Amino acid sequence: MTEAVRMLPQSRTAWVALAAGAGVLAVLPWVVTPYYVGLLTTAMIGAMLALSLHLLVGATGLVSLGHGAFYGLAAYTVYLISPEGAPRPVWQTLPLAMLAAGLASLVVGALSLRTKGFFFLMVTLAFGQMIFFVFHDTKLGGGTDGAYLAKPLISAFGLTLEPQSLPRSQRAFPAYYVALTQLVATYLALAFLLGSLFGRVLEGIRVNEHRMVAMGFNTNRYKLAAFVIAGMLAGAAGHMWSLHSGFVNPELVGWHKSAEALLMILLGGIGSLAGAIAGAFAFYALGEVAQQVTERKLLVEGVVILCAVLFLRNGLMGIGSPRKRRPPQQAAVTGVPAAGKAGAHG
Amino acid sequence: MADAVVSRQAVLATEGLTKSFGGLTAVRDVSLSLHVHELHAVIGPNGAGKSTFVNLLSGQLLPSRGRILLEGRDISGTPAWRMAHLGIGRSFQRTNILKPLTVLENVRLATQAVHLPARSVLGAPKRQTALVETARRAIDRVGLGSAEHAVAGELSHGAQRQLEIAMTLAIDPKVLLLDEPLAGMGQEEGARMASLLKSLAKEHALLLIEHDMDFVFRVADRMTVLVEGAVLASGPPSEVRANAAVQTAYLGGHA
Amino acid sequence: MSPSAIRRSAMAGFLSQLLNGFQYGLLLFLIASGLTLIFGVLGIINLAHGSLFMIGAYVTFLVVKSTGSLWLALPVAIVSGLCLGVLLERFLFRRFYHREHLDQVLLTFALILIFEELRSLFVGNDFHAVPVPAALDFSVPITSGFSYAAYRFVVIAVCLALAAALFYWIERTRMGAVIRAAAEKPEMVDVLGIDARRVHLTVFAVGAALAMTAGALAAPLTAVYPNMGDGLLIISFVVVVIGGLGSVSGAFWSALLIGLIDTLGKAYGSTLAVGGIGGVLSAAASMSVYILMVVVLLFRPTGLFGGRT
Repeated sequence: MTEAVRMLPQSRTAWVALAAGAGVLAVLPWVVTPYYVGLLTTAMIGAMLALSLHLLVGATGLVSLGHGAFYGLAAYTVYLISPEGAPRPVWQTLPLAMLAAGLASLVVGALSLRTKGFFFLMVTLAFGQMIFFVFHDTKLGGGTDGAYLAKPLISAFGLTLEPQSLPRSQRAFPAYYVALTQLVATYLALAFLLGSLFGRVLEGIRVNEHRMVAMGFNTNRYKLAAFVIAGMLAGAAGHMWSLHSGFVNPELVGWHKSAEALLMILLGGIGSLAGAIAGAFAFYALGEVAQQVTERKLLVEGVVILCAVLFLRNGLMGIGSPRKRRPPQQAAVTGVPAAGKAGAHG
Repeated sequence: MADAVVSRQAVLATEGLTKSFGGLTAVRDVSLSLHVHELHAVIGPNGAGKSTFVNLLSGQLLPSRGRILLEGRDISGTPAWRMAHLGIGRSFQRTNILKPLTVLENVRLATQAVHLPARSVLGAPKRQTALVETARRAIDRVGLGSAEHAVAGELSHGAQRQLEIAMTLAIDPKVLLLDEPLAGMGQEEGARMASLLKSLAKEHALLLIEHDMDFVFRVADRMTVLVEGAVLASGPPSEVRANAAVQTAYLGGHA
Repeated sequence: MSPSAIRRSAMAGFLSQLLNGFQYGLLLFLIASGLTLIFGVLGIINLAHGSLFMIGAYVTFLVVKSTGSLWLALPVAIVSGLCLGVLLERFLFRRFYHREHLDQVLLTFALILIFEELRSLFVGNDFHAVPVPAALDFSVPITSGFSYAAYRFVVIAVCLALAAALFYWIERTRMGAVIRAAAEKPEMVDVLGIDARRVHLTVFAVGAALAMTAGALAAPLTAVYPNMGDGLLIISFVVVVIGGLGSVSGAFWSALLIGLIDTLGKAYGSTLAVGGIGGVLSAAASMSVYILMVVVLLFRPTGLFGGRT
């Protein structure tokens, strides 16, 4: 039949492996210390952010340096509607957080998508910085120090799960399992999206947008849809962060966050959804190992990233794969990859 | 023969079409008409504005002045992506296919662009048999049936040019705009393409740009000669060939 | 205070900020000019450029701490900048000319982490003041109510001198002509038979040296502290975009513009509260620069001050 999109698991074994991975994650909290439960939750949140970015970068070929801002904006939204001492249930905070992220990405996307390549990178960076300064310079979100928020209540049908009511060793469990559920749901949603006809269009846009336009696709609409969906998913990840940490600060909306997200998908391999998850886990595992082995965690991270960019061009999932990585967003008419010199635009 | 052509309605027509870039006028006041079941060739020296003209017709460029009419309706200013929906298909001079994807996927996407209702966009490709059927028909029509699952980027040059045509056919076009379909082809491939184009002309309306004079004079029903962006002559090949101005400006004396 | 005294004081404050903005803009120019050449000629997005600024500042701190002389620090910064630029190009960036932007972003991001950690390893994480040389530690009176730090005038003078030298080099020398051509049409360099490698090395070395020099000059003004290059990095990209990619003259005017907007905006916006929320004007001032960048990117991507060097 038609060629299956490479993003998704190719075979039954691959799906089984993924299910097994989820199974392992489901069981882990009962066998590791609470510290690791918390760390794994953080890794899963990172994986959600990486998955959302994959929709933009890996699937559609849009490299954005402002994606982290939607993540942080969602967390700040939770703070704004439920500051310390005034918690709200998840079924209120999650939709509002995703809505805020979605609206922001609609505005940013509508403007940014008029540009391509390096200029798109810069425009998304600029918008990310604007959002950053709103929270960094004003007292809206507690300024540079950040602020504590009231963690969203895990409640439904009148019943609330109070983490404090659980034995100490299990207090991190609710957040963990919510995160795991959300991660699996995000993965499945994206797998469905990318496997659909919509996903095929995104793939075509990544490969040769100019031709897709000539064929009759209103590519701007598709790109904007991808941008907003990715923004909302990033918002869902940011919401999960607020549930997990109970704290917001400007770092969540800074460009370093966006760079980190890019890093995670590079580490895992841009070519697949599972790569985004693998990359996120690898990133946090790396940080953990670096911290145990030496005090110079960032140095080790920096060196590993350097080596990954130099040698591991297809990421972890691509080890042993001879296929060259497809370049993101080719430049308009000439079909030349966007990684050209500035002179290309005249 | 000429009378019969003129009396049929023009599928695609331009009136005084002009395109300027700053101080440079690339296409100057071009009026021509394309009729159903006609193969109309546009020829001219390099830099004559032929590619610009096709870009205007397919919506990649906006006209500075003049109109484009599709079956009598003014479609000037239609954005490029809408053109395919109106029934104007276009192929490119420099092969412009989706290289990492298969032949079938290339053409299936081309079909999807125009034939898939928006509400079905989340459907699974496997379920959309209608799209695949249409795509297969177009692929067979150009003679690529055996290469359905080949990766487009790995095809021979000639096969890629055939793929270009298939992608244009997938939208059930009223008009095919073909930019140098024979470019880079050898003898045999060129002959095959020529007979394909002739048979396509019997079912659609073809406007093509070409440099291969033998091919053009053999195959075209009508010709238009563009020199420096303006029409120098237009009419059936025999007339154009006999035109003195065309002979000096372009054919270099040997006609 | 009498009304005229208030006016004079406000005027003095304004002139002071104006000069500060001018001086900040000139430092920005030193950083941005290297960045725009590196992107224009080599096609490399170098996020680590801010780190070079930081290294220049710390080198200065160390030189001053061990020899007590700021005058020595400047040539040391320039020379070590040239060397570092050569090393980075030769062993690292050379492989990235044809890589995607994503790879370049991540590579240079990794370099930021590495440089910061190396700095932490060798010098620690403390905030260090760098003393202005005694000879320059005074204020130059301009008018009866207003005087300005002598050292800042020196910074302005040095920056202008370097800018002039850079312009001369780009406009009048053979290498400069090659660089201008390469920024416009990279393929031309090979066609003309010029050793592309030498051009690349030169551009990188000069760019790095300029960034480090900016750091050296700025050290006594801002003190040295962790991540000091981060803010300047992003603003430098704004300068490059607004000035036009690959254009040194564009970078000059846009750096002055941004320097003034940023300084004046922060000076007058930080204390006022709007609608009960503190810092709104300050945020607006910070955002204004990015809003300008977005406007330029959407409507005039070739830059406001367009044209090549």
